[in-house]
Amino acid sequence: MDLRGISCRIAKEECTVRMNPHKISKVLLLGSGGLKIGQAGEFDYSGSQAIKAFKEEGVKIVLMNPNIATVQTDEKLADTVYFLPLTLEYATAVIERERPDAILLGFGGQTALNLGLSLDESGVLEKYNVRVLGTPVSTIRDTEDRDLFVRRLKEIDVKCAVSRATKDVKSALAAAHHIGFPVMVRSGFALGGLGSGVVHTPAELREKLREVFRSVPQVLVEEYLGGWKEIEYEVVRDAADNCITVCNMENIDPMGIHTGESIVVAPSQTLSNTEYHMLREIAIRTIRHLGIVGECNIQYALHPETGDYRVIEVNARLSRSSALASKATGYPLAFVAAKLALGYSLIDLKNSITKRTTACFEPALDYIVLKIPRWDLSKFENVTTRIGTEMKSVGEVMAIGRSFEEVLQKALRMLSIGADGFTAHASLNFRIQKYLQEIEEPTTHRIFAIAEALRKDVSVEKIHALSKIDLWFLYKMKHIIEIERTLRKRGSRIPKAMLVAAKKNGFSDVQIGTITGRKADDIRAMRKKYRITPFVKQIDTLAGEFPAETNYLYLTYHASEHDVKRGENQALILGGGPYAIGSSVEFDWSSVQALQSFKREGFNTIMLNSNPETVSTDYDVSDRLYFDELSLERVLDIVEFEKPKGTVVSTGGQIPNNLALKLQQRDVHVFGTSPHDIDRAEDRHAFSKLLDSIGVDQPGWAELTTIPSAKRTAKTLGYPVLVRPSYVLSGAAMSVAYDEKSLLKFLKRAASVSSDHPVVISKFIENAREIEIDGVGKNGSLVIHAITEHVENAGTHSGDATVVLPAQRTYIETIRRAKQITKKIIKALNITGPFNIQFLAKENHLQVIECNVRASRSFPFVSKVTGHNFIDIAVRGMLGLDVAGHYKTLELDTVAVKSPQFSYSRIKGADPTTSVEMASTGEVACFGDSYAEALLTSMLAAGMRLPKKEVFVSLGGDENKIKLLPALEMLKKMGFLFHATEHTADFLVDHGIQTRKVFKLHEKKHPNVAELLESRNLDLIINIQSRALTQSEDGFAVRRKAIDMNIPLITNRQLAEAFVMALAELRDTPPAARSWQEYAKD
Amino acid sequence: MKLYLEDGTVFEGTSFGARIDCPGEVVFSTGMTGYVESLTDPSFAGQILVCTYPLIGNYGVPDSSHFESERIHIAGLVVSEYSREYSHHEAKQSLAAWLKFWKIPAIEGVDTRALTKRLRERGVMLGRLSHSKKGEFLDPNRENLVERVSPKKVSIYGSGPIRIVAVDCGMKENIVRSLTRPETTVTRVPWDYDFTEEKYDALVLSNGPGNPEMCTPTVKHIRKAMRESKPILGVCLGNQLLALAGGGSTYKLKYGHRGQNQPCIDSRTNRCYITSQNHGFAVDAKSLPESWEIWFTNGNDSSVEGIRHKTQPWTSVQFHPEASPGPTDTAWIFEEFLAELQKKNVPYV
Repeated sequence: MDLRGISCRIAKEECTVRMNPHKISKVLLLGSGGLKIGQAGEFDYSGSQAIKAFKEEGVKIVLMNPNIATVQTDEKLADTVYFLPLTLEYATAVIERERPDAILLGFGGQTALNLGLSLDESGVLEKYNVRVLGTPVSTIRDTEDRDLFVRRLKEIDVKCAVSRATKDVKSALAAAHHIGFPVMVRSGFALGGLGSGVVHTPAELREKLREVFRSVPQVLVEEYLGGWKEIEYEVVRDAADNCITVCNMENIDPMGIHTGESIVVAPSQTLSNTEYHMLREIAIRTIRHLGIVGECNIQYALHPETGDYRVIEVNARLSRSSALASKATGYPLAFVAAKLALGYSLIDLKNSITKRTTACFEPALDYIVLKIPRWDLSKFENVTTRIGTEMKSVGEVMAIGRSFEEVLQKALRMLSIGADGFTAHASLNFRIQKYLQEIEEPTTHRIFAIAEALRKDVSVEKIHALSKIDLWFLYKMKHIIEIERTLRKRGSRIPKAMLVAAKKNGFSDVQIGTITGRKADDIRAMRKKYRITPFVKQIDTLAGEFPAETNYLYLTYHASEHDVKRGENQALILGGGPYAIGSSVEFDWSSVQALQSFKREGFNTIMLNSNPETVSTDYDVSDRLYFDELSLERVLDIVEFEKPKGTVVSTGGQIPNNLALKLQQRDVHVFGTSPHDIDRAEDRHAFSKLLDSIGVDQPGWAELTTIPSAKRTAKTLGYPVLVRPSYVLSGAAMSVAYDEKSLLKFLKRAASVSSDHPVVISKFIENAREIEIDGVGKNGSLVIHAITEHVENAGTHSGDATVVLPAQRTYIETIRRAKQITKKIIKALNITGPFNIQFLAKENHLQVIECNVRASRSFPFVSKVTGHNFIDIAVRGMLGLDVAGHYKTLELDTVAVKSPQFSYSRIKGADPTTSVEMASTGEVACFGDSYAEALLTSMLAAGMRLPKKEVFVSLGGDENKIKLLPALEMLKKMGFLFHATEHTADFLVDHGIQTRKVFKLHEKKHPNVAELLESRNLDLIINIQSRALTQSEDGFAVRRKAIDMNIPLITNRQLAEAFVMALAELRDTPPAARSWQEYAKD
Repeated sequence: MKLYLEDGTVFEGTSFGARIDCPGEVVFSTGMTGYVESLTDPSFAGQILVCTYPLIGNYGVPDSSHFESERIHIAGLVVSEYSREYSHHEAKQSLAAWLKFWKIPAIEGVDTRALTKRLRERGVMLGRLSHSKKGEFLDPNRENLVERVSPKKVSIYGSGPIRIVAVDCGMKENIVRSLTRPETTVTRVPWDYDFTEEKYDALVLSNGPGNPEMCTPTVKHIRKAMRESKPILGVCLGNQLLALAGGGSTYKLKYGHRGQNQPCIDSRTNRCYITSQNHGFAVDAKSLPESWEIWFTNGNDSSVEGIRHKTQPWTSVQFHPEASPGPTDTAWIFEEFLAELQKKNVPYV
């Protein structure tokens, strides 16, 4: 590994034995688990940096993180990896076995911090003599407990928002009356502001708090600071009390919108020197007083008229903001924080970018950075797109440039939501009807509402009055609209100066084409004729003051020369872009593996990505990093400048995959499978024809553009049918229609999602099982493959399914046939590189649902479980190297189960039940000696808790009742107490299971379901819907309530069955805490 | 408008300040905020300032109470993008209007990073902001810049018992603000004023532009003051003057330190502070007589950032503890200085 980070002076001076100041020899690092809203891939970045920093010091690292799709859990990084639930029980067991000298709590988000606090409280750390490195636990408590926090800040005359900690509804009401409505309600000990919000009336407060007190012990009632500027500083302090602020950031969306939901710029743009340094001084004073060692952030509200301020909070750990700050400045925050935790001082460390200046400095930026959150709320029915004080976004992008207009438009394109920038979209989805309303009551599309308002000549003052967004940002946005207007007036003949102005203000060739009625390719050709091309600039942390050998690059039109020369012998790898539902850390993992493999094969690697929450954008994983757009235009810009030997489109998920054919058409060499063949798999017609030609069965389907034809087709195929638009990754707007009525409903939705693409209707096979093959081909022959099996029957999106490897219940004959079909398909598509095929299996009959000629989300899972790195094999295959071999992937000595990680608690109003639409935001995986063990551990790792006594069962339809009966009888034998609504209760009683009957909500009788849930006695809810023609409102209310009240919930019959069986099997022998290395040795 | 450099490089851009031509020494500053403070810092006299941060003018220009002197001192301004619209509750006018008022030319649309790299590689250069090819380069350092920016008469601030003489070689207002307390009287004197005959308890040597070797009368007066053991605190140019008076020498840095992120390490405690800086000359560590020691060292290039006498209460720093613009980490230097004075002045109180 090419590790060119900050190395300590001591190490540089060639000591034979490296000694960290604290003399730590083994450390336990807590990860953050499955990706969820409020806690995403940024902790893969911070954790892997920490591991690298510790390895340099010769410290042994034990990592505990069930997120198998992360880079940090690669075998090359930590010495020992535990894919285990991040719970007190498992962490205690790991500490007992490993006996680490020390533990790191600051690198795994709020999950790790909370786990660390409970390890401390329960006396485990003391018992096993485990030292907490970095910020002491007492300081963490000072920052987490609001009362303590306010008190500590008062000691140094630092102002906090007026705030009262309350422990029940009554005291919360009293506090609110004292402060005066509206008040802000926030829960302590929570990640991403869960359960927080503005409350206007006592009734609203009462309603909100009932839920919140279920999952948190403390709620804060605070002064409402809506409309104040929101500013953040990233602060680093060492044990010697050196303290610096690495970066400050300003939210474009002022207070009232969670910082994770805000558009953010770095550095601040509207603060004067006095304000900037007043807040900086308070940051340093506060962090010193609290005694933080390592990295933290401090958030402020700053009054836009008076300059008054309030400290909002301090996060005593690496955070999403610190990942952003690190990528925004080039300062390796996590790496430095890890070194400081070992006892080094900032002065001992060097700036990794210049390699000659000290790490004890504050980066000077000579560019501007802008981050925009990526939401995926359209995946959920009945969910409002309003944004506010709770975090709902699933990812983010970061744009770098030299003007605000440039970064804003870049970032909006990076989101990959179909927007071409701030304005001039080809798609109609960004025309906002009620734009003034969406500006005042912010939604995920507020930025486009502002564009609409500006196009309609609404004044910036009016927009400011509605949104409180600083006028400076609005002036800049208006400037973009002005440029658009001038361009439009000019029509297709664009003068050179006009084109330069458009490019400097972030307009893409596509946008200019849309405005002027020309093709993007024509605009590109015109630019080249005029010699208008972007320039490559370096990020060097010192604004050019010192020479730097940095490989961190971006493109801008505000320049007249390149900072770097073209590289030699390069391979360009396209990253995955923003994390979204269906495209997550697994593609970052695959991209990082590809970088490593190309490097090993002697290439200089280039990474292109736009997502700051990734490891692939770390300064030390590629030879060159372009932090820029994954757009055709930008890829061509880079390819024309660097002239790499080839480009990889198959490891970053669907975004690069969609570029494959367009790149080939413009003479860009793509490594691996020909883009023409990739397209044959993507194009439904071509792929269907191909399957027919090789005699492979597929569910009947038809592509339709009108509603009457859709109705006819559905009737011919026979209900139920699957309805979906073409070219989507995670099943947006995909649904199962059981009758014509629901078909019409879904069609309406699908059309509004994508008008460019027709709707596909296919036969939905009920009670079929799903299996998948992940593999690698070379010149059309199969090199390696792994067969995984879904626990849930077809009908659950593969991204939401519980996946088992090796397959447990699939017939040998089915496996053999699946392999044969796979061979036929990869031969027909002449695949060289990664692929994934999904099958429906009913008895021994197989049908192919789809084939992706790229790495799938299960590549890290199958690679780590089988011990063969599928990406490395794929890369070597692409390079024509010999990859033949006997790879054992079917008969393994252990079982691994991958479970989806949901974030329903964040998405108010979403129905927490799995469907053909993907809803999970992450995944975890655990190993076991048996299927039961792996399944149970994996479910626990995804947030399930082991039930102890009382369950509530609600089973729709006879089939569900009958099929689940054996499992329920098992539960009864284990001594569980049953609650159920009418029909389920009757059924259970009839079958000898004593059950307490509760009334449904709509029956308005007592005792009802709501009362049962609120009694807080339930350990588990099994709620299985029948596929009734009308969805039951009651069922939804129960499921929703279960989530809001943090009661474990299972909504799928097969999963419920598997869970109960596993529970029964392991009742007496709970799963052991064993490391991956131990399983691998077996 | 174009920026011509003495090495023949030309950067083209658009004028946004006064529509006049002007020569100067081209220097770059890496601060991300604080253009108002920088532009009014007399130490920039004769210099064409290049801002490495690309967006300038965002928060307009406030009233003069935020200035570091009465007027703009830079010779010209070079930025990547000038923000035509500004937004701030304290803003009174735009940067362009302010520049025009003081007849200072400014250019935008320049690749300031390319320019900065050139200055870094070649060292600071003479340059010219001009609308025409013709014109001369003029080295401002040949002129006595201190004389140009220093006041002509004495001013007095406050009426406290501790009497401080502040030699104004181009002093930033915030040094005066930092010294003015209920317990102090600050007498601000011109650079060549012989203060040694005055009654005073302590001496402060201010920042200022250009080559310290031009300040012969000031150095002479400092030497005279050194016959007594009264405390001396020098800032920036004051650091260089104290070194010269103490028997050391100074030299010109290749491209100076101008920015707000310079790490300085206190040799007594090994603590590192982030400092605000604006200087082109530095004290030569090897030239210092035995009786002096290095107080602060630059964490990046190890240059001298502060000196102190081993036995006398004479200290100085190369950076700006008064900040403005920049970080306030070293404000304690004034506090310590004043606290020492207060201890010594007990009989007077």
